Amino acid sequence: MDALKSFIDLFADPRLFFALTVSALALAVWKREAFASNSWGWGLMVFLTIFFGFGLTDENFVLIIAKPDNVPIVALIFLLLFFTWYSMREGVLNDRRIAAGKPPVEKDEEDRVWTWPDLVYTELIAMVVCMVVLIVWSIVLEAPIEQPANNANTPNPSKAPWYFLGLQEMLVYFDPWLAGVVLPGLIVVGLMAIPYIDKNPKGNGYYTFNERKAEITIFLFGFVVLWSSLIVLGTFLRGPNWNFFGPFEYWDIHKLEALTNVQLSEYIWVRGLGMALPDHWFIREIFGIGLTLLYVAVLPVALAKKGLAKYYEKLGPARYYVTVLLFLMMLSLPVKMLMRWVFNLKYIVSIPEFFLNI
Amino acid sequence: MATKTIEPKAPALVRAWEWITETQVWTSIFRHTAPINDRNRVLVMLSNVFLHMHPVRLRKSGVRLRYTWCMGGISFFLFLVLTFTGLLLMFYYRPTLEYAYSDIVGLREHVPLGIMREMHRWGAHAMVITVWLHMFRVFMTGSYKPPREFNWNVGVIMLVLTLLLSFTGYLLPWDQLAVWAITVGSNMARATPLAGYEGPGAAFMTLGGVPLVHQADDARFALLGGTLVGEGALLRFYVLHCVALPLVIGFLMAVHFWRVRKDGGISGPL
Repeated sequence: MDALKSFIDLFADPRLFFALTVSALALAVWKREAFASNSWGWGLMVFLTIFFGFGLTDENFVLIIAKPDNVPIVALIFLLLFFTWYSMREGVLNDRRIAAGKPPVEKDEEDRVWTWPDLVYTELIAMVVCMVVLIVWSIVLEAPIEQPANNANTPNPSKAPWYFLGLQEMLVYFDPWLAGVVLPGLIVVGLMAIPYIDKNPKGNGYYTFNERKAEITIFLFGFVVLWSSLIVLGTFLRGPNWNFFGPFEYWDIHKLEALTNVQLSEYIWVRGLGMALPDHWFIREIFGIGLTLLYVAVLPVALAKKGLAKYYEKLGPARYYVTVLLFLMMLSLPVKMLMRWVFNLKYIVSIPEFFLNI
Repeated sequence: MATKTIEPKAPALVRAWEWITETQVWTSIFRHTAPINDRNRVLVMLSNVFLHMHPVRLRKSGVRLRYTWCMGGISFFLFLVLTFTGLLLMFYYRPTLEYAYSDIVGLREHVPLGIMREMHRWGAHAMVITVWLHMFRVFMTGSYKPPREFNWNVGVIMLVLTLLLSFTGYLLPWDQLAVWAITVGSNMARATPLAGYEGPGAAFMTLGGVPLVHQADDARFALLGGTLVGEGALLRFYVLHCVALPLVIGFLMAVHFWRVRKDGGISGPL
């Protein structure tokens, strides 16, 4: 048992965690025909149940998982994986029907039924079940109340409410102005832009994957991997000093992690060219600024010519540039993660003079 | 000799029910008999203010759990539960540094059947999850596509409002958990470009040499009503949580439900 725990802890690392979630999603999308089978759905739920059941025998695991405010995130893990599997399954089933020349199953259910009783009774049952779950949950689990507020005593770790922990995890890679303001703003803008940049008329009002491959893959990557899995990581696996801890590891406040992150300017001027850093910020950061401009301004234009030319044709200039810019902003997080992990890169552009670090 | 047939009498409860439903009081409230035939199934939807947001009839797929997951409806129901439990909590809670914490402790110590705070807190966590899953379902069925683009946008705004409602409520117990979570969250605001005193470009925001954006005059200060999470923040978050945000989200819900109907009901293949 202990060997298994330390084996799992050995693999606990933000890089591995991210790589695993990304490859799990890639595999689920690529091998969706197999993933959509009932045995996979059941297997997933049983595996999760066994994992959490096994975890509950470990005191360090329980310490974090059973915190009252963390219980909803355990529920979220189950619900999210279930519904990801479920919607893929429904999509695959409909794709098979469409491939066989039949309409999606929703088309066969177009007949109208009476709201009373068909809908109102479903609603009533849903309300009763909801109420029972909520009351039982409230009786069993007390809401947390800690010591009275004290501005002089900072807890370690200090965490935002759980639904913002994905954003807090981004703070490892980006400064607050990006991780806390610009990127969350762009998430909202991006979500709102979806119906206007998605010109695909197919897949309106029924489950499907094949008719909306790119849309669904991008959305799942954003929602399941970037948003939800980082919440799980930030809640369960980030301990004191925002260090990474395995699920069975004790949250040791004295755990040390070497931080040797280097600015891009230092890489180029000092280590590459063997010079001192230039005094003026613009000359010092010229490479980083150039790289950033390349990413946000040149790359979209280049992709329109080659690589994404098909989408440029289909969407037209306005929709294409909005889409690609939003997509590149979304990818900026994994890109920055990779740069950090591979090169120990701290900032691409670092102008503390104006609080501008990228 | 003529035989006399005696009709079997209906059970007492049935007779009582029949009597009640024939009284003037009952018929003044319910303007038609039970919805057991098609005519009354129409009338019940048209004459009842609570039911009239439904159509009279709808697509079979629209009542299927496999299609809707019921997540939108559960989100709305949780909002109602939260409004009700929140109202009860307001009887006991005073948003001041002096009383906030002890009032929350008192909810458990002194109030009979004191699970209202639990129901409010767990209900709020659950609502965040159901709103996300509702969005997930709407995306996976492509239900944001024309003609429902605008309603998707209303939904995204309500998703943000749900998170803000939860965030503002998180501060109110005024314990270490609350204050430091809000401190971490609201610290982001001081990095707002141009509008936060540690944000990029804030140094350029001057007028005649006087800095416009500084520690006591920036986005974070506006959010907290002070330079740290203190008395001002507690009152602001309380008012936002109990009055402002619920009003806005309630208004948007009306728009959302109205547009579900006007855009062709629960989505289905065209």
